Amino acid sequence: MSRSVTNIVVAGLGGQGVLKASDIAAEAAFRSGRDVKKSELHGMSQRGGSVTSDVRYGAEVLSPMVPAGEADFLVVLDADQVEINLPLLRPGGMLIDPARLEGVRLASRKSLNVALLGVLSVSLDLPETAWREAIATHLPERLHAANFAAFEAGRAAAGGHGGSR
Amino acid sequence: MVPQRQLLSGDEAVALAAFDAGVRLGAGYPGTPSTEILEYFAQLGGRAQWSPNEKVALEVGIGAAFARARALVTMKHVGLNVAADPLFTAAYTGVSGALVIVSADDPGMASSQNEQDNRRFAAAAGVPMLEPADSQDAYDYTLLAIEVSERWSIPVLLRMTTRVCHSKTVVRPRAALPAPPEPDFVRDIRGRVMIPSNARPAHRRLRAKLAAIARWNEAEGPRRVTGQGRRLRIVASGVAFAHAREAAPEAAVFQPGMTYPLPVEAIRGFLDGAARRVVIEEGDPCLAEALRAEGIAVEAKPEMYRFGELDVARIRRILAGDTEPEPAPAPATPPRLCPGCPHRAVFEALRDLDCIVSGDIGCYSLGVLPPFEAMDTLVCMGAAVGVGLGMRATLPAEQARRVVSVIGDSTFVHSGITGLVEMVYNPPSTGHLVLILDNGTTAMTGMQEHPGTGRTLDHRPTGKVSFEDLARALGISDVLVVDPTVNPAGFRELVRERLAAGRLSVIIARRNCLLAAGRIKEYEKCDEP
Ligand SMILES: Cc1ncc(C[n+]2csc(CCOP(=O)(O)OP(=O)(O)O)c2C)c(N)n1
Ligand code: SF4
Repeated sequence: MSRSVTNIVVAGLGGQGVLKASDIAAEAAFRSGRDVKKSELHGMSQRGGSVTSDVRYGAEVLSPMVPAGEADFLVVLDADQVEINLPLLRPGGMLIDPARLEGVRLASRKSLNVALLGVLSVSLDLPETAWREAIATHLPERLHAANFAAFEAGRAAAGGHGGSR
Repeated sequence: MVPQRQLLSGDEAVALAAFDAGVRLGAGYPGTPSTEILEYFAQLGGRAQWSPNEKVALEVGIGAAFARARALVTMKHVGLNVAADPLFTAAYTGVSGALVIVSADDPGMASSQNEQDNRRFAAAAGVPMLEPADSQDAYDYTLLAIEVSERWSIPVLLRMTTRVCHSKTVVRPRAALPAPPEPDFVRDIRGRVMIPSNARPAHRRLRAKLAAIARWNEAEGPRRVTGQGRRLRIVASGVAFAHAREAAPEAAVFQPGMTYPLPVEAIRGFLDGAARRVVIEEGDPCLAEALRAEGIAVEAKPEMYRFGELDVARIRRILAGDTEPEPAPAPATPPRLCPGCPHRAVFEALRDLDCIVSGDIGCYSLGVLPPFEAMDTLVCMGAAVGVGLGMRATLPAEQARRVVSVIGDSTFVHSGITGLVEMVYNPPSTGHLVLILDNGTTAMTGMQEHPGTGRTLDHRPTGKVSFEDLARALGISDVLVVDPTVNPAGFRELVRERLAAGRLSVIIARRNCLLAAGRIKEYEKCDEP
């Protein structure tokens, strides 16, 4: 069954928007009518420690956790957190880290999480409208414009190359 | 009408079910991973309130359920230790309305001081327990817990775990329960006044109820059975059910929704004739022990899997009989006190003065990490005061004089007050110093209000407990209130001076949590008439 399920892990440090990013990704899959499970531990997440969150979707998802070494996509918000999280990725899985946005100017560092979701979205089979609705659901209205822009910037940056590891 | 799908965390699903069921009152004390239940219940429009601690929360819930209301009480696993006294006797009295007690366990200790398995409490107190595996179960079992509680007039434990509380899965709400009767006081002295002559028959009534519930659970209790092969049959509870299905797609898996009293005969039938029968459960081997006691031969996990959470990979290893040491997890970046956190000045002072610090639980527990390393003990909420006094009472005087008890504001209200009473009643000969770190919020669990903030769960003004008035009323004359961040060197000198004085002192270090400060200002603005 594992191949019919898409496994995404979002990782970073507390305060960077890891949980917000995984909420948005899960919501986008949910709005696309898929079965979804999203999981994380957020005990002391605000105090700057490592945080990871798992999102899985497909026809039927069982465990809410992505088994180590089975992530299809690893989205890392902090360059320093890439190495410790790489073992989560399956061979041939895709790493999406801040380096993917090289040369992209974001209006605010705060929307890095959404920009990386833009990169991710290009490789997923979820309609763009579902992503936009998900962003709108999980962010306050005054942040919508900036985050839609960040999402688009991420999509554009991902454009041609599907950088597999 | 097709019920609407929703993507909810387990905590949100419990709150939604409670709201849909017309629960009159939700009471609790914050604690990861249970905190969001009451917060979401309040957001939905339910009446939710924080109590000073879990014991009081449960007592409030018992009162509401004596009054024929439906009540929900929430706490983390260690909270049930605090609330154990009312729990064990409420099992005897039973309830007139419904009483659902959520125990949110934390296998793996994502944010707790231990990983106790509260399934033991169900058996010890004689209270039925339901164990959801995902948010749909959390929703369904909350409703079922209310039904069971009303049908047998008994409190019901809903045991969640961190993964179930904090994972979001799809929920389809089901039809609401019939509305309960209006709250009303009906006198039942023999049923509710637990003097021994009333408690003896009450204990027998409890056992009779449990026997009836066990029969119901055998016949029609909640369960899921997936797969049908006879080569491998697995019994799994809670989130381990979801992991096990994925880890062993070839197996037949039985999830008992109610794990106390356990549907032993149903499980016996399920396992009958299976070539291999394995119990997969997180934490203690409760199910395996219970089944073996009934003469059902099952494989239990090796001892090494008692520790920590289970996941798909670990269950594959259990099924393969793999007891090789597990790969160490990647070295994660540990959390730390925020830059600009007011607790920093306090721990710098305690470090510089080489104090022996009897610590407690909250953000300030991070004072144990570099660059401070200024905490020597941490046991449970409130222990800072008592443990400090015990060390003062027995250490040689030159060491005793260095002992300081450090406790947060929410923790002080939770269970530090009785420690102060102890200090007044049994004062150490070298005196003692209690530092209350009043940052105006329960920061650790996500900025909840408490009786010392003077605001309710939904941040509206209410009665406020003044720590300084309380300490003085107890007869402690040296009570000082300072902002430690204004003049850190001065603060350090104050601590040094109080330690040298050899008297009983309380210093209230008052400065709002940096992350909460903005919000607190907003609330205070709204408070003004
Ligand atoms: C019996 C029990 N209930 C709840 C908790 C969870 N918990 C740990 S510390 C704490 C309160 C922390 O607040 P405070 O003392 O004000 O310190 P702060 O985090 O604000 O620094 C809570 C709710 C617990 N560990 N034990
Ligand atoms: S959340 Fe508040 S109390 Fe906790 S570390 Fe940050 S500033 Fe300090």
